Amino acid sequence: MKLNIKGIITNLTPGKAKGEAARHARRAYRQKPFSFSQTVFIAALIFLFLPLLVLIVYSFNESKGMGWTGFSMVWYEQLFLHSRDLWRAFWNSILIAITSAGTATVFGTLGAVGVNWYRFRLRNYVQAISFLPMILPEVIIGVSLSLFFAGIKLKLGLLTIFIAHTTFNLPFVFLMVMARLDEFDFSIIEAAHDLGANEQQTFLKVTVPICMPGIVSGFLTAVTISLEDFVITYFVAGPGSTTLPLYIYSAIRFGVSPVINALSVVMILGTVALTYLLRNFLKYIAAK
Amino acid sequence: MSANSSIRRHYGLFYSAPMTVWFTAFFLAPLLIIVLYSFLRKGLYGGVTMGQFTLDAYRNLSNPSFVIITIRTLVTALIATFITILIALPCGYFMARSKNQTFLLLLIIIPFWTNFLIRVFAWMNILGNNGFLNDLLIRIGLIDNYIQFLYNQGSVILVLVYMYLPYAILPLFSTIDKFDFSLLEAARDLGATKPQSMFRVLLPNIRSGLYTAVLFTFIPIFGAYAVPLLVGGKDSYMLGNVIADQLTKARNWPLASAISMVLTVITTAGVLIMMNLQKKDANRTVDLKAKGAGN
Repeated sequence: MKLNIKGIITNLTPGKAKGEAARHARRAYRQKPFSFSQTVFIAALIFLFLPLLVLIVYSFNESKGMGWTGFSMVWYEQLFLHSRDLWRAFWNSILIAITSAGTATVFGTLGAVGVNWYRFRLRNYVQAISFLPMILPEVIIGVSLSLFFAGIKLKLGLLTIFIAHTTFNLPFVFLMVMARLDEFDFSIIEAAHDLGANEQQTFLKVTVPICMPGIVSGFLTAVTISLEDFVITYFVAGPGSTTLPLYIYSAIRFGVSPVINALSVVMILGTVALTYLLRNFLKYIAAK
Repeated sequence: MSANSSIRRHYGLFYSAPMTVWFTAFFLAPLLIIVLYSFLRKGLYGGVTMGQFTLDAYRNLSNPSFVIITIRTLVTALIATFITILIALPCGYFMARSKNQTFLLLLIIIPFWTNFLIRVFAWMNILGNNGFLNDLLIRIGLIDNYIQFLYNQGSVILVLVYMYLPYAILPLFSTIDKFDFSLLEAARDLGATKPQSMFRVLLPNIRSGLYTAVLFTFIPIFGAYAVPLLVGGKDSYMLGNVIADQLTKARNWPLASAISMVLTVITTAGVLIMMNLQKKDANRTVDLKAKGAGN
């Protein structure tokens, strides 16, 4: 199951509505210093951050091995100047992420509008099938798509990766736009119709702007999930269509290169910066 | 409402069509292919022989080696889920009680903005024979020679717990956050000890979050592929790895499909059981409320 943890957090706004009673109780019932739960929490944080700290430290290690020999930027130099295959894989990843997230966003938004506002015969089928890809293990989706592509004789490559990524991205966009639509009143749409707007005008001028926060966060979630995916991509990628996770995998599998350490640090910094920007962007949209 | 419902009926299928067609072609059809292939005979040079239906693949599943791997996968997933929940519960509790919730949430999530494989790789750096942990232990003189931490059941469970910890913390946090903490005070005032108030007041009230957390951790761990592949040894392979091996190395498509069916059935059963428990829980809450209103 692919879960939408990143999406949940991107959507978090600090001042959540909370029951008055609960807030009251929290204030009255202060934590003792170093309670059991706090100890576990701090231990869990150390557990969570330790691997990242080790990566950061080793990325500056002079030697190729694990033992510390001295400070050096040589792996960053390698990463930025002498890793052409890595950057090709990186751009493949970006290309797939944007195209598959874009397609998923268009189809998912339309699908959510269709399922949320309209009653029709296939509605239950559409709803069930849009939920299933999230609960099936990734291996199953990868293997079934791989056999499917072999069956229809589609050559494995960027196109098959694009198809696979769109398939697992769609449910996330669908659910996020659905959640947004649930908060809204159908009477706005009725009003638009009553005032003489046709279906197309209503959709473009009322529905889409209303859903915009859901659409944007759905798209961003899809991009992050696509950039991250290894398992499904592994089964549907052909020779010459390496994505960044596939590149990292082969680097780990066949002789670890410390360039991966440097890459990790760059990626950690990149994602933290990006998420910070996105949070502000989403807040700005929500406020508008 | 009548004019409105005619609009509603008119365009629903039109809007949903692209998504429906996509899922049918690229999700349902591939799944049906797995079902079909699992009943076919293996082709001479890999692939399948069309039109020859057989239960061979399923018969192969009773082979002791598959039974062992299925049991191992289940046990691994159960242990890893149990440990994850055990760590996640106090964490969720602490975060819900804290005044800096957003900040703590961010702390939990930052490590998971890092690419999945890179996090596995980081653990390989730590646990490896020349890795951080062995280096540290040798330097402080606790051991003379390195210990093999990697490529066994323990390293698989450790890394799985690491990967799926936030999947358990987040639903637990959001459920505990909605809990009325004054109930704990009331329990304490009425003479309950702290553990008693936790186990008999807090835990029953956050059951639905607990079910979600178990579901969110157990299912992906049960279908794990990359973690056992990278930090596990041959004798800590899980079902996902066997499927991939049968598909790519042994080229036995019917068998790969049959094992996929097993994985799918167990996963779906897990989801249904958990959803059922949650529904029962919701019904009970409604019942209690109705009774309360009746009084």
